[in-house]
Amino acid sequence: MSEPLFEIRDLKLHFPIYGGLLRHQIGSVKAVDGVSFDIFKGETLGLVGESGCGKSSCGRGLLRLSEPSSGEVVFDGRQVTALSHKEMRAIRTRMQMVFQDPQASLNPRMTVSEIISEPLNEHANLKRRALIARVCELMDAVGLNRAFLNRYPSSFSGGQRQRIGIARALALNPDFIVCDEPIAALDVSIQAQVVNLLKDLQEQFSLTYLFISHDLSMVRHIADRVAVMYLGKIVELADTELLYQRPSHPYSKALLSAVPGAVASRRADAPREVLKGDLPSPANPPKGCNFCTRCPHVMDICRTTEPELKAVAPGQYSACHLND
Amino acid sequence: MTDMTQDLTFAARSQWWDVWEQFKTHRGALFGMIVFATILAVCFIGPLIWPVDASTVNIGARNQGMSLAHPFGTDQLGRDLFARLMMGGRISLVVGSAAMILSIVIGTAVGMISGFFRLVDGVLMRLTDLFLALPLLPLLLVLSMLFRDPLSAVFGVELGTLLLIVAAISLTSWMGTARVVRSDVLTLKEREFVLAARSIGVPTWRIMPRHILPNVLSSIMVSATLMMATAIMTESALSFLGLGFPPEFATWGRLVSDGIDYLQDYPGRAILPGFLISLTVLSINYIGDGLRDALDPRIRGH
Repeated sequence: MSEPLFEIRDLKLHFPIYGGLLRHQIGSVKAVDGVSFDIFKGETLGLVGESGCGKSSCGRGLLRLSEPSSGEVVFDGRQVTALSHKEMRAIRTRMQMVFQDPQASLNPRMTVSEIISEPLNEHANLKRRALIARVCELMDAVGLNRAFLNRYPSSFSGGQRQRIGIARALALNPDFIVCDEPIAALDVSIQAQVVNLLKDLQEQFSLTYLFISHDLSMVRHIADRVAVMYLGKIVELADTELLYQRPSHPYSKALLSAVPGAVASRRADAPREVLKGDLPSPANPPKGCNFCTRCPHVMDICRTTEPELKAVAPGQYSACHLND
Repeated sequence: MTDMTQDLTFAARSQWWDVWEQFKTHRGALFGMIVFATILAVCFIGPLIWPVDASTVNIGARNQGMSLAHPFGTDQLGRDLFARLMMGGRISLVVGSAAMILSIVIGTAVGMISGFFRLVDGVLMRLTDLFLALPLLPLLLVLSMLFRDPLSAVFGVELGTLLLIVAAISLTSWMGTARVVRSDVLTLKEREFVLAARSIGVPTWRIMPRHILPNVLSSIMVSATLMMATAIMTESALSFLGLGFPPEFATWGRLVSDGIDYLQDYPGRAILPGFLISLTVLSINYIGDGLRDALDPRIRGH
C-alpha cells in the first residue's frame, strides 16, 4: 500500500449542549468520539453506518468545517488542526467536498459558471478568458453540456446538479475529496452514473476519496477499504472484499445482513440478524462497548470495558471483545 | 474560444433581459410601473410645462372649481391645486424613497450582522425590541421639537425639515426589516452552499454579500415596497398633525389635512391627494411584487 495522505488519530468532535437557567453547558453530543484511521494516497475509503452515527461529522472534522474538539488530523505531513486561518485557506485548495443534497449545496442565485468558477476566483487569479475555458473543461469532465454555462441550478435535475457540485470540487485540482453521501438524494438510476463518474474522475485526476454513505452495495462498488462506524466510533475497518465476505464485528454482520445479497457466503434463505432497539443517544453513550445495548452476543466484559480496534486478519481490524 | 467568450458576455446582458422579460409577464407590476412613472413624470416634469407657482395666494380666485386655468380648481386662498399637488408629490416621493432606502439599509445591516454573528445577536435584537417598543408619534414630536430649528438653521427650512423627517421616519421603521432579514440569514447560513463556500475557503466577509444577500433580496424587496408606502403615509400623518413641513410647503399629507375642513363643500380637495397617495403606494407594491418574482431564478425559469 502507498503512503498515507491523511492520518487521523483519536479525532473527537463533541458538540456542547447548553441548558438550564443560566445556559451553562450541561453535556455534549459525542458525534465523533475518538476515531483513528489512515487514508492512503489514491484509495477510496468507504465510511458506512446508520443515520446519526457521526459519519458526516467525521468528514467535516477532517476538513475542519466543524472544529475538532481534540485529536490529530495530519494531511500530507501537516497537522491540519494546528494551522492558522491563512494556512488553512491555502490548504483547502487540496481538499474539497461533495455534498449530500445537490438542491441545497448550490446557491440558487448563482449561475453554473459562477458556481464552478467561485473556487477559481478565490484561489487561482485567472483571466476571464482562461477562467471560462477552465469552467468549460470542468463541465466536460463531469459530463455537463457547455451550453448550460449560464443557467441556474433550478433548471437542472438532481443528477446534473450533483455533477455541478463535483465540478466545483474538482476546480482547484484537489488531492482529496470528501464525498458526503453524494448519491443519497438521487434516483437509483442516476446513482450508478454518479458513482461511475466519481470512479472515472479518480483515475483521471488521481484523487483520494473518503466516501461516506449508508448504501452498502454502492460502497462495495467504489471503495477499496471500508470503515464501519457506530455511535461515533469505528467498530470495524477492513478491505472491502474481506468485510463483505466475512464481517468480523457483530454490528457489521447485522448491517450487512440487512442488505440483500451483500454477503456472498450467506445463503438467501439464511435468517437475518435483526438488531433490536434504537441507536443510544450520542449525548449519553453506554459504558463499555458502545454496541453493548443491542449486541446479540453481549458479554459481561462488554458492559464495563471498551474494546480496542485490533487486527483480526491481515487488512481487517475490529473492535470487539469476541476476538480476544 | 472566442465564441465562448462572446457567449458569456451575451448571456450576462441577457440575464437582465430575462428579468425584464419575466417582469413584463406580471400584469400588475407592468401596470404599477406605468402608473408610478406617470406620477413621477407629472410631479417632476409637470412644473416645467405648467409653470404656476404653488404658493401664490390669490384671494380673488379662491374656492374655484375645475377650469382650464385651474384644472383641479383652487383652494381657500386661491392657490392652484394642480400646482400644489405636483409640489406635494415631489416632497412626498422624495421623503418616501429616501426614508425607505435609509431604513432598508439600516434594517438589512442590523439583520445581517445579528443573524451571522452570534456574539452581537442578543445586543442587536434587544436594541431592535427597544426601538419597537418606542411609541412612534410622541418620539417624532420630541424629535421635531428638538431638532427642527437647529437643522433649519444649518440647512435651510426645506432641506432641514426634509432631513429631519427622513431621519425620524427611517430611525423608527427599520426594525421589521431587521427581524425578517435576521431570520432569513439564520436559516441561510446553515444551508449547504454556505458550507460549500467555507470548504472552498471563502472568507466570511465575502460569503455575506455573495451568498447570503442575494438570497434575502426577495424579503428585502417586499420590506422595501411596504416601507415606501409606510414612509409616505407617516410623512402625511406628520404633516397632518402639523409636525412635518411648515404650512407653506404643500405635501400630499398636508393637502389632505387642509382639505378635511372643506370636505363637505369641496370634497375633491381632500380626496385628490388621498387618492394619489393610495395610487402611489399601490403601484409601488405591485412593482415590488413583480420585481421579487422577476429576480428569483427559480420562478423566472428558462
